[in-house]
Amino acid sequence: MAKEEPKTIRTQITVPYTMAMGSTWTRFFEGLKQEKIFGTKCKKCGRVLVPARPFCPRCFESDMEWVEVSQEGVIGVWCYVNYKYFGIPREIPFVTCALRLDGVDCNIAHLLGGVDISDVDKVRKRVKPGSRGKIVWRKEKRGEWWDIAYIKPV
Amino acid sequence: MARAVAVIGTGQTKYGNRKEICYPDLVREAVKAALEDAGITPKDIDAVVSGSMPSMMEGIAMTQFYFVDAMCSFGKPILRSETCGSTGQSIAHTGFYWVASGMADIVLVVGMEKMSEGDGQATMMTIAEPFFLEKIGGGAPAVFADQGVAWMRHYGISEEKARDAAALISVRNHDGGLKNPYAHIRIKLTVDDVKNSPIITYPVRLYDVCPTSDGACAVVFASEEKAKKICKKPAWVKGVGFRGEEYFIGDSDKAVWRSAIDASTQAYKQAGIRNPLRELDVAEVYNPFTYQELMFYESLGFCPPGEAADYTLKGVFSFDGELPCDPSGGVACSNPIGATGLIRLAEAVLQVTGKAGEHQIEGAKLAFSHAMGGADQFNGVTIVGSKL
Repeated sequence: MAKEEPKTIRTQITVPYTMAMGSTWTRFFEGLKQEKIFGTKCKKCGRVLVPARPFCPRCFESDMEWVEVSQEGVIGVWCYVNYKYFGIPREIPFVTCALRLDGVDCNIAHLLGGVDISDVDKVRKRVKPGSRGKIVWRKEKRGEWWDIAYIKPV
Repeated sequence: MARAVAVIGTGQTKYGNRKEICYPDLVREAVKAALEDAGITPKDIDAVVSGSMPSMMEGIAMTQFYFVDAMCSFGKPILRSETCGSTGQSIAHTGFYWVASGMADIVLVVGMEKMSEGDGQATMMTIAEPFFLEKIGGGAPAVFADQGVAWMRHYGISEEKARDAAALISVRNHDGGLKNPYAHIRIKLTVDDVKNSPIITYPVRLYDVCPTSDGACAVVFASEEKAKKICKKPAWVKGVGFRGEEYFIGDSDKAVWRSAIDASTQAYKQAGIRNPLRELDVAEVYNPFTYQELMFYESLGFCPPGEAADYTLKGVFSFDGELPCDPSGGVACSNPIGATGLIRLAEAVLQVTGKAGEHQIEGAKLAFSHAMGGADQFNGVTIVGSKL
């Protein structure tokens, strides 16, 4: 007798959310619309963080100074993504990367673009430790993180 | 002053794709095994702690409610902790604190996951907020691949050497899995198999990555008085440590892993351990990704910073080495995430009580267990020993 497959039921949860942006990120995203990147400098420890923060996560102080930061910096680690899961937001392969903008004390996370990413070795030849990258803007602005189209090696 | 606390029983399910059993029955399988091992009945339990991954992975919110019957918690106080991958260590600590405080004498701690029912990576993406991180979409393998690369660069470790050491770790873990009756993945691998497996997120390849598993684990904590009365061979909790880091992954340097360093330092201090490599007999290191396991050897103080690959290639962490790591096959062979960190503790307990069977490290008296959670933010450690 053929072994019967265990019985299962199919279920799905779909719930829409409307999340408050808060004043800090509202202002930060307004900056992106103007093709400007703002960070906040903690007046206590002096660290400049991007995206801008309502308070310093280490000092827990909200005395922050807004500073416009450079749109170029050093590409940190990058990752060639070559697997799929339900709801993956884009076609594979794609490359995520960290960028430390000049004068900023943390990395931002975004996508690498403007280079041939069809093969991991092509990316390795193009992006070496210490390689610099710059922000490339999307033409249409919506006041969101994705107004930055990608980070391009320079 | 906190009271002494022992583990008097552990229970594990068989890990794997458990489609033949519903989720509450899977949980009960582990609970029953732990009660039998401890030689107690539900009425002996003063309180229950449970934990799993975030609700999106369960498909059902608030599983401590769904499993209230399966965890024999009728009429008992119940708590839930949830820190993603480190959930198992978080719930162990919650149970430990409960007994150590004197507010309970016997506490049942249960971790569970049934990953075959949903999409693990899709649900894990829901821990990322939608303003900045969610739509980048690299998922857990990308986070850990990035960290591995950052570590290699920070210490100037060649990609080839790291690759060789990571492959050796994968082979060793899978050898352990073959000896563990509960393990999900049971295959014999060679270094070449690992190095030639498909790229998932470069440099991480298929056999560098843990599986997604169904399973549950239960552990019974008891006060000194109860433990001495009930249990012939308790495992005594010698030290615990836990640390977290900031939310945004780019805010801190993950090549030198502060939370892992500080959590283990706290646990060593409590346990009076000065030289972990020499004093520990066996370690169950959380190892969902081989490159991360290398980093853990350093952050957990098993070897000097930047030297994990050399130590690994010399065989220091092999099953016959100075500090055998993950003789159970670890996360690399079984990964029901909400249970995984607790399984590390259960395996450490089996080792110091001489009950680990085929994967027993001969004469183990002091064992280390650990788990990591979030997108690299959390690290938790529990050390157990055969002597009070």
